[in-house]
Amino acid sequence: MAQSFPEDVLEHVFSFLNHDRDRNAVSLVCKSWYDIERLSRRRIFIGNCYAVSPEIVIRRFPDVRAVELKGKPHFADFNLVPEGWGGYVYPWVVSMAGAYPWLEEIKLKRMVVTDENLELISKSFKNFTVLVLLSCEGFTTDGLAYIAANCRNLRELDLGESEVEDLSGHWLSHFPDNCTSLVSLNISCLGSEVSFSALERLVARCPNLKTLRLNRAVPLEKLPNLLCRAPQLVELGTGAYSAEIQSDIFSNLSEAFLGCKQLKGLSGFWDVVPAYLPAMYSVCSQITSLNLSYATAQNPDLVQFVSQCGNLQRLWVLDYIEDVGLEALAAACKDLQELRVFPSDPYDAEGNVTLTEQGLVAVSEGCPKLQSVLYFCRQMSNAALVAIARNRPNMIRFRLCIIEPRAPDYLTLEPLDAGFGAIVENCKELLRLSMSGLLTDRVFEYIGTHAKKLEMLSIAFAGDSDLGLHHVLSGCESLRKLEIRDCPFGDKALLANATKLETMRSLWMSSCSVSFGACKLLGQKMPRLNVEVINERGPPDSGPEDCPVEKLYVYRTIAGPRVDMPGFVWTMDERVSSRFSRATEGHGD
Amino acid sequence: MERAAVYDNELNLKATELRLGLPGADESEKQSSRNNKRSSAEMDDSRDKDEQESAPAPKAQVVGWPPVRSYRKNILHQKNESDLSGIFVKVSMDGAPYLRKIDLKVYINYQDLLKALENMFKCSIGVYSEREGYDGSEFAPTYEDKDGDWMLVGDVPWDMFITSCKRLRIMKGSEAKGLGCL
Repeated sequence: MAQSFPEDVLEHVFSFLNHDRDRNAVSLVCKSWYDIERLSRRRIFIGNCYAVSPEIVIRRFPDVRAVELKGKPHFADFNLVPEGWGGYVYPWVVSMAGAYPWLEEIKLKRMVVTDENLELISKSFKNFTVLVLLSCEGFTTDGLAYIAANCRNLRELDLGESEVEDLSGHWLSHFPDNCTSLVSLNISCLGSEVSFSALERLVARCPNLKTLRLNRAVPLEKLPNLLCRAPQLVELGTGAYSAEIQSDIFSNLSEAFLGCKQLKGLSGFWDVVPAYLPAMYSVCSQITSLNLSYATAQNPDLVQFVSQCGNLQRLWVLDYIEDVGLEALAAACKDLQELRVFPSDPYDAEGNVTLTEQGLVAVSEGCPKLQSVLYFCRQMSNAALVAIARNRPNMIRFRLCIIEPRAPDYLTLEPLDAGFGAIVENCKELLRLSMSGLLTDRVFEYIGTHAKKLEMLSIAFAGDSDLGLHHVLSGCESLRKLEIRDCPFGDKALLANATKLETMRSLWMSSCSVSFGACKLLGQKMPRLNVEVINERGPPDSGPEDCPVEKLYVYRTIAGPRVDMPGFVWTMDERVSSRFSRATEGHGD
Repeated sequence: MERAAVYDNELNLKATELRLGLPGADESEKQSSRNNKRSSAEMDDSRDKDEQESAPAPKAQVVGWPPVRSYRKNILHQKNESDLSGIFVKVSMDGAPYLRKIDLKVYINYQDLLKALENMFKCSIGVYSEREGYDGSEFAPTYEDKDGDWMLVGDVPWDMFITSCKRLRIMKGSEAKGLGCL
């Protein structure tokens, strides 16, 4: 059958396949399809940089133009992964510099990137156009200077929420005068001031600039200068949105926004002075994406502004919006798909805002397209969760964080099992779930029974016994990522479901009850898993075998155990017993 | 020394009540009935210890909880300069040869602050009461507020105090009597 089509016809047909899943399926049909596909694959996504090695990737896919890599586990976002754990992009950049001279795009998430890596990138790839660094760290503004200076056709530079050592804003001036290719620039994470005149000139000479996210240091008074030079902007992240109340600043701002006919997304708003919010009224009805999660404005200013945005599809906001604001949102924004409400004061047990489960219920009632929720609050009830589940069976991402760990239903004082059970039972397409509050093994039974499409599950301070974990591992057919902290889950469920772990990307367990002995056993039984024990307090074998490990990270891999582990990470494999009989000095690092 | 006073935002009637039980026990009861849940083993260690001392300490912050990214935490607090840096004020005590400086942000309530002052200056400050001030004690803590007035420590809610206090002076009891009687 494969013989009946010449290779270039097949290649042409495959060129319409963009999704990895489709390309992976195609490559399983027969050897010649595998070969045609691999030679024509231009984009690769590697969800765990340790699941495969650069050499293996390059051998299979010799002509890649875009690479996307993810490093640290998600819980690194909350400081649960110790400094120095890994996720270095270095070996990838070095290998790709040699193998992929035509590489155009590099997108990294939670990886460690150094200035040397950035220099190498800027000098190795002549057609380099896209650099996206989300939640990365390890580099300084000096590294950015290389990118600005050497990447002649740079289209996208997105620093996401990376931790950049900000030595000076001078790096931006390294963009040569003949650089006119920028389409997207996100420097919102940078602390220091960039040269405003350099920024202004850069913006002015890039006619295709669609996304501009400024950093806090860009003052509000200067924003009109940029907007006038880039009226074609589709996404704008302001700098600090504060200035002394002066009528000419306000009128300049309003006029500038009036000119932005394409604007669809707004973000930034640090230090917001509410009096300046109305300057944006002319664009409110166009806005589909609004990130006010740094805006410390309160009601009525806040709700008044949000209510103007009738076409809103995505809203990120602080809990200053309160229930009353969410009710107004539910009435005004019928296209809303995604809502994220962040806590203004996460460490205050009481909270001083009236944001309760009512707000979320109201939005679930009023917004028929709501499918993605991230909600921090201080009280929840089963009744509310059941209502939300019934209102929104189309929910695909549901992340609820009740600030107090193990908080019960505040009305009945019961666990929230029934509520979350209703979510998984009604929302049959649910892909991602994060739970909180008081939860017993029962909720895991519901999840294992109903959450058949669930791909990512986050659990904290929940469950009673191994049965909980067993329900999840044995029932959730689509599970790819499981992250667990502070739950009484131990060896039994883990070992009984060892083969399940090979069907998943990764499992994280911290402050649980998994013993060192079980980790060793798992590592020995499953050679295609890397079973990594993270113990900062000392080697896991310094106590008895049944002593629980501090943190456990298990992931499937075809690259074998990694070689860049720091001293507090131990990998459990067949050689594990001999490793522990040697001195710990010289280990990893 | 007895420390039956409970400093909080409400009227300090409790200070004048005769009570049996550990100092600060009332506050911890309130907290536990509000919460009404099991604690994790890790959190228990720090909480149990604290409940036996005179003041319930702020709940031990669990690492990485709530799951808010650190850049988000930092940004919200940077809105107010004083939130980032400490609130350092000079403290003088009548008769002491030199002044000290303390960071008010380090303390969680009046009890905490006064205990620290007593340790620092090796004096006894006594118990606050709304009516009598620090009457009967050797020393009384006073502070200069934003308006330049000298006020008795303990009259206003703690949060209001730390933002309005410019300097502290521990006055000899005999002089402070005048303040307490106002």
